[in-house]
Amino acid sequence: MLEAKGLHLQRGSAEVLHDISLSLKPGQILGVLGPNGAGKSSLLGALCGELIPSQGQVRLGGRSLAEWAGQARARQLAVLPQVSSLGFAFRVEEVVGLGRLPHASGQQRDREIIEAALHAADAQHLLERSYLALSGGERQRVHLARVLAQLWPGEAGATLLLDEPTSMLDPLHQHTTLQAVRSFADRGAAVLVILHDLNLAARYCDQLMLLEHGRCHALASPREVLTPEALKAVFGIDVLVQDHPERGHPLIIMR
Amino acid sequence: MKQRVQPRTLFIGLSLLCLLAVWLSLALGPVSLPLLDTLRAGLRLLGVPIAADGLEQAELILGQIRLPRTLLGLAVGAVLALSGVAMQGLFRNPLADPGLVGVASGAALGAAIAIVGGSWLGGIPEWFAPYLLSVCAFAGGLGVTALVYRLGRRDGQTNVATMLLAGIALTALAGSAVGLFTYLADDATLRTLTFWNLGSLNGASYARLWPLLVVTLAVALWLPRRAQALNALLLGESEARHLGVEVESLKRELVFCTALAVGAAVAAAGLIGFIGLVVPHLVRLLAGPDHRVLLPASLLAGGSLLLFADLVARLALAPAELPIGIVTAFIGAPFFLLLLLKGRH
Repeated sequence: MLEAKGLHLQRGSAEVLHDISLSLKPGQILGVLGPNGAGKSSLLGALCGELIPSQGQVRLGGRSLAEWAGQARARQLAVLPQVSSLGFAFRVEEVVGLGRLPHASGQQRDREIIEAALHAADAQHLLERSYLALSGGERQRVHLARVLAQLWPGEAGATLLLDEPTSMLDPLHQHTTLQAVRSFADRGAAVLVILHDLNLAARYCDQLMLLEHGRCHALASPREVLTPEALKAVFGIDVLVQDHPERGHPLIIMR
Repeated sequence: MKQRVQPRTLFIGLSLLCLLAVWLSLALGPVSLPLLDTLRAGLRLLGVPIAADGLEQAELILGQIRLPRTLLGLAVGAVLALSGVAMQGLFRNPLADPGLVGVASGAALGAAIAIVGGSWLGGIPEWFAPYLLSVCAFAGGLGVTALVYRLGRRDGQTNVATMLLAGIALTALAGSAVGLFTYLADDATLRTLTFWNLGSLNGASYARLWPLLVVTLAVALWLPRRAQALNALLLGESEARHLGVEVESLKRELVFCTALAVGAAVAAAGLIGFIGLVVPHLVRLLAGPDHRVLLPASLLAGGSLLLFADLVARLALAPAELPIGIVTAFIGAPFFLLLLLKGRH
């Protein structure tokens, strides 16, 4: 469970975040949407302690982020960055196994979790492959498995922050990945995910935040946030919003 | 994917290799001893009660010359390889070298000051004179590395890229200062300086050995404790932080261990290149990048490789002796090029 109140973030002379408040609740996925440069990744950086806000504070499990010891925090909070630069020939299971570093759960248990996490990210067939031999999308799924393994099985209290986890994935794996995140949340984890695809956000998220120039334009359910007016104002696109014929969530169609 | 050597097999193989290197290093030289005599004399030196008949000469050569030289070679090779692992981890680049943080060039500067300046100064107490070179080299290495580290810090964070650039700049600066001392040196000191820059295990003595052994032991015990943190660091600094690693203190430890280890090695044996670069690479090719295996295996492989290089240095032009830095560079540089070319595919 992660809470941010009145976050302001300064980068150089520019204010990249202005008065952002949000709370990640157990079992819920909060999607963050916004055009390039709106401050999505800065928000994620501020939420995980990587960037220090000039005002406001972030609390994890009721305690300020700075009060947490590194390992204890890593058992509660996992972060998937947009790109990872790993230049060494680890095997896939070793990369995922790094997620178990903050735990002392024993080799046997770790191996089970690594397999389960790889399975959840639909990457179990990559077992024993060299990380360097993987494609960009496969690497992204391996890193997703790594952060899932870090918080496995994803009970209440676990918080997962994901920065564009689907950016390099094919359509099928965009859905399998977010489905994995969904079941993680259903087991009790609190999730924040930065997305670009409005329809993926509408389908998998419980709440959406629309960011524009570092300000929160809207924070509510997908149906309330994804309106033609809001999308016109923030992204400058003309869209139709209809209901998904089978699933009922809003469907965004470009005009 | 390519099969890896099992850690157990690797450690058994490397231990045998290391024993073989030690044995040959004790036996071979200007006066070669029969291998069996070497073994018996070696065991006697270790306190095993064996009849001494006909072993007096072997024992004398071993105890006075070959054993300190062999131990020096083992320790220098081991710490250079360990520092190579530490730097490649710190810079998250398999082509990084312990020289990157300026420790080698700083030590070279310290040595140049000692060799050239020492002959001007005169009034150095007699008991200290033999240590002057080592102490200056060690201090120079530590000093320049501290400066590089300092330059890389901003707002309580160490920027590894800035450190790398600062290391390059200070290496160039120290190089020009060494050049100045070279220009000012007379013929005799010039020769000493040149040979020191090429590295040698010659003239090993227990007095010069023990500080290095202490450092070797300390680094060899400390770094493996950080093996998992180093693994995480390869993912990236922020990823390592998210995995609970105290990244700033890890970076500090890595730089400190490297400065201490390379400083002590260079102070004892001069500049010996490529061991720190090539050995971790070789081990990674065999057993993968996991630091829990990489660190101890590099220690064994580095020690063995340096002893073999020293054997070449001793035997190639016997009774004359090649500087060992020439041998390691002669083997290491083509190997490095090979890695570069292979890496392109």
